[in-house]
Amino acid sequence: MSSKGQDVYMVTGGVTKFSKANTRKDFRYLVKEAFDYALNDVHMTTADIDGSVTAYFSDHFQRQAMAGIMAHEYVGLSPKPSKRIEAGGSTGGMGFQTGIEEVASGRMDSCAVMGFETMSHVETWKGNEFIALASDMNFDYPVGGFYTGYYAMMAVRHMYEFGTTVEQFAKVSVKNHGNAIHNSYSQSPMRLTVEDVRNSPMVSYPLTRLDSCTMSDGAAVAILANEKKAFELSDHPVLIKGVGGGTDSMRLSDRPFSKVPLLPNEKESDYANLKYPGVHSFRAGRVAAIEAYKAAGIMDPLEELDVVELHDSFTSSEIQTYEDLGLAKYGEGGLYVEEGKADVHGIVPVNTSGGLLASGHAIGASGIMQAVFTFWQLQHSIKKHLKDDALQVPNAKLGLTHCHAGTGTTVAVTVMEATK
Amino acid sequence: MTVNPNAKIPETLEGTTVYSTDPLIIRSHYEIDYMHSYAQDSEFFRALGQKKIMGSKCKKCGYKYATPRAHCMFCGSETEWFQLPNEGMVHTFTTCYFGSEEFLKDTPFHLIMVEFDGVDSLFMARLVGVSAEDLMIGMKVKAKFKRNQKFSATDVYFVPVKE
Repeated sequence: MSSKGQDVYMVTGGVTKFSKANTRKDFRYLVKEAFDYALNDVHMTTADIDGSVTAYFSDHFQRQAMAGIMAHEYVGLSPKPSKRIEAGGSTGGMGFQTGIEEVASGRMDSCAVMGFETMSHVETWKGNEFIALASDMNFDYPVGGFYTGYYAMMAVRHMYEFGTTVEQFAKVSVKNHGNAIHNSYSQSPMRLTVEDVRNSPMVSYPLTRLDSCTMSDGAAVAILANEKKAFELSDHPVLIKGVGGGTDSMRLSDRPFSKVPLLPNEKESDYANLKYPGVHSFRAGRVAAIEAYKAAGIMDPLEELDVVELHDSFTSSEIQTYEDLGLAKYGEGGLYVEEGKADVHGIVPVNTSGGLLASGHAIGASGIMQAVFTFWQLQHSIKKHLKDDALQVPNAKLGLTHCHAGTGTTVAVTVMEATK
Repeated sequence: MTVNPNAKIPETLEGTTVYSTDPLIIRSHYEIDYMHSYAQDSEFFRALGQKKIMGSKCKKCGYKYATPRAHCMFCGSETEWFQLPNEGMVHTFTTCYFGSEEFLKDTPFHLIMVEFDGVDSLFMARLVGVSAEDLMIGMKVKAKFKRNQKFSATDVYFVPVKE
């Protein structure tokens, strides 16, 4: 093979509005809408694209296998190559990284990454069953069979280990739903109080309805290219600075009680008495961050990162993830949100889009939606795309996306950097 | 060769449930039975009928899993079965007030991770016999077994130990 490794840039992106049910457009139409938005933004055509990666989680939701190729064909990319990526909740983030690899390997000059999910074809509780199929079918599904329950047990242990409070969880919900008020693509913009979150129906103690993300119909598209192509198409593409991945056992019960894998700015003595990850933390997220930071040359994430979109399927997992990413030390995640450090004008703003909690979670699209939103932040083009610049992080230069599956079973972390 | 321009596909009187006409949304039913093999984990499910919870111990590194696993995830060696204690401690818990469709009928139910003395990993189970307010980490619990075995991981469940 004559291909050589090359740098990869994100050139453009598009998302559809996420909604509880979009029955007038099927998955192909939704992808086409996001795809056309992305292409029109830089005046490119399908002739500029060498192939695609498609990302969707479950064949069950629309009872259609090979839906990825159907979307690829629908947007006019056949007979070019395409492959489908599935990685549970991190399907979108993993698809994005696979697109990066298609270009980085030198195989393609440009690659479209297209994610989607149309979850409205079944009732919410059947949807929860489909999602729970992504837990061990012999030992976890028959006992719990409910992801909110699995996350709730992690949240309870986090509270026990570190003194994290339900009010701190609620503050994540208040922040993310509030941000979504300025994101016209979001599903659940809401001005909430901590009391609203605590008073909403309890789903799985301590997580209430407003501590949990929703199911959604939606699509998101990102176009990636090598340096030559990227600067032909755009005067400010965004550099993919580093990728990272991590995994853990599918069964929460099998996680070890060992030592914390350290970030460059941490010492072993910081966590002398912490048994890790147990069920309080996501080791996969930590390992993914370490790999991505190494590739991107990040020594102190809190100092160097400007904006983060992370996988907040539940408020508790946002707090747990602050710690995995090193925005806060293990045990101090609750304070990070409480002290306003995750706000749009905080230290490192987290989920300015509204996150999955408020933007919606159209599984295969979510990780790509995060990438598109981060791309807009780094291009300083939030106002252009949302007709509102309240969410724009001034001078954002370095961004990170974090996409997560299972109870932290596989995680994709990607670092992106503005080129001007 | 038979050529019949008057051929017809037989029609039936069954109808289609229509939820909406614009856009057209119809009911589409799907159901399936699997012949699901527990394969190398079969012993775990059989043993529940003898009121035993079987874990896996690595023959090489000695790591003790509270769940079945034929090979050690640390050193890759084969494991052997060992019997877990019937008493343990709540490592973490939740109460599910909603659930997947299959388990909605069971709600609310308590879900716990059990910690066994001298065992390296945890065990997920249902807990009964305690109200949500009284449920806490560190609580001692003991295993109970269904008399009418269903060959499911729920053949074992836990109850609080009276102290």
